[in-house]
Amino acid sequence: MSLREQGLQNKQTAPGRYVLELKDVSKVYEGRGHSTVAAYKVNFTVEPGKIVALVGESGSGKSTLARLITGIEKPTEGRITFGEWHVESLKSRQLRNYRKHVQMVFQDPFSALNPQNTVLHSIMRPLRRHLRLSEAEARERAFSIMSTVRLTPVEQFMNKKPHQLSGGQRQRLVIARAIAPEPELIVADEPVSMLDVSIRADVLNLIDEIRRTRNMSVIYITHDMLSARVLADEVIVLYRGHIVERGTSDEVLRNPSHPYTELLLESVPNPFEPKVRTASRAPEVSITRKQALVAPVKGAAGQGCPFAPRCPHVMDRCRTSIPSLTGDSRHQTACFKN
Amino acid sequence: MTVERTQDPSSYVEQQQAATVLAPVYGQSDAPIDPFPTKEPNAFQVVWSNKKARIGIIILAVFVLMAIVGPWIAPYSLTDTHFPPGKGPSLAHWLGTTQSGQDVLTQLLNGARVSIFVGFVSGAIVICVALVVGFVAGYFGGWVDDVLSLLMNVMLVLPGLPLMILIAAYIPHHGIGEIILVMSITGWAFGGRTLRAQMLTLSRQDYVVSAKFAGESSLWIIFREILPNMLSYIIANFFGAVTGAILAEAGLEFLGLGNPSITSWGTMIYWAQNGDALLDGQWAWIIAPGLCIALLAASLTLINFGIDAVANPRLQED
Repeated sequence: MSLREQGLQNKQTAPGRYVLELKDVSKVYEGRGHSTVAAYKVNFTVEPGKIVALVGESGSGKSTLARLITGIEKPTEGRITFGEWHVESLKSRQLRNYRKHVQMVFQDPFSALNPQNTVLHSIMRPLRRHLRLSEAEARERAFSIMSTVRLTPVEQFMNKKPHQLSGGQRQRLVIARAIAPEPELIVADEPVSMLDVSIRADVLNLIDEIRRTRNMSVIYITHDMLSARVLADEVIVLYRGHIVERGTSDEVLRNPSHPYTELLLESVPNPFEPKVRTASRAPEVSITRKQALVAPVKGAAGQGCPFAPRCPHVMDRCRTSIPSLTGDSRHQTACFKN
Repeated sequence: MTVERTQDPSSYVEQQQAATVLAPVYGQSDAPIDPFPTKEPNAFQVVWSNKKARIGIIILAVFVLMAIVGPWIAPYSLTDTHFPPGKGPSLAHWLGTTQSGQDVLTQLLNGARVSIFVGFVSGAIVICVALVVGFVAGYFGGWVDDVLSLLMNVMLVLPGLPLMILIAAYIPHHGIGEIILVMSITGWAFGGRTLRAQMLTLSRQDYVVSAKFAGESSLWIIFREILPNMLSYIIANFFGAVTGAILAEAGLEFLGLGNPSITSWGTMIYWAQNGDALLDGQWAWIIAPGLCIALLAASLTLINFGIDAVANPRLQED
């Protein structure tokens, strides 16, 4: 029986065991004299084998959620559960055990790899530590993982150090190390944003392929709407720590109903219909843009909708109360407009 | 060109085709390009290729040789005191004789041992203490860091030489071991502070976080993931500590706080000063050990230039 089949069978014996669930998760960073809300009452679940994309601009709190889910930081409030683990209260020994099941792919493959370690060493360590394999077994397994991520021919890559690899090869090594302990969940924090455009599709395909063959869940963090549409089953749009819209990726990206999602989609350059767009929608777009460029008002969050200061459809009640998510399970929006 | 027609860059087959088309252009067949075809020079080669460091290594090697074989190549016995006292340099006594009728060159060759031994042993102790304190403070942070940083800052603001004099004055017996102890107590704070800062920077790197994800323990992360990346930094600190210890040892002995009955370069200057060497025109008696101390300290500083080049490749000379 191949390793892949073994992995699948293990998971089939315990279906639905590894569901990630966030309940009213908030994270506040206390600074000198002011505090920053990086996540505000965030609720969502990730089912086994699904890819969920967290989308938002810089500072929307998507990386904070990644750090909370992987246990790097603790939430200020709320509960994060994954299987039997209560992530918010893990001690360091439990955290090490938890990370056999939840791994992370970092944004920058240049800093995520120790310059002193060879490719083989980087992949063998998690096998030795998490799966307690012997030296020889780990070596064998590392070779098969290297061929999974296409770091082949294996003999040629095994003794290379990170500075001898290209950006795409490094990111594949980072992915190889993350899948080595056969985790149930991978948190990928902008895994392709530092890579050349030409190899992005390659790395995204690899993530998708691994998800399908190993039945892992993936949280895909990105600011790129198009890659979210290609890769993810579900999309969650974040703005200043609030979930403003969520749903299946087709629904959200075809029929965005929150003004912020619309804004994000509008800012994606579309090479196929530039003239049509500027001709018919020019006035509307420019007004939206002008309003969006106004710097967000400090301290606005908490009193009303976080997006109110930038919203083209802003109403009076938006400034006084926070809209909650409404809609069916396929598509939910937090906006009074609907 | 054929490559431009390739619509999907992720298609492996098409990439292969593109590679075949490009192959004659770049003289490349199926093997990927190896950006580092030649073997990288190892750390010693990098240090040796630096001119300053090479001079430093040669000087240090001469002194180490002197410390090993000095007593055997010395022209006279160290305990021989029957020479005419207080004479300047001559053919029989190249560096003259002391007030008590000993040969200065013999003393100089014997004294190398003490200076180098004390220097390297205290340097090693100092760097070990600095390493442990700096690493623990920088890696774990929080209140551990607060307490250790306070301790280091207090040690740093205390003036070094007066503190050493004070401690040395209270120690009943003055031997080599006591001098090493005094310098170890007073010398570790500077290294500890710089190593803490370095650790603080490196332990926040992504690769350290990924090592935690790989299930590594704190000890492994500190010593196997982080330490190799700052090895040149530690070695540079070590040579700095050795230099400081050699100079401090000479200083203590010159002030008479060492053991004046052992022969080292520091005690030689002490006796030369006591014997009014400069007033009697016996310049060699005081300059020779002084020059040796200065050259030994300089050699270590020169070697550090080369070690800097290992840590920062931009400093490497072609």
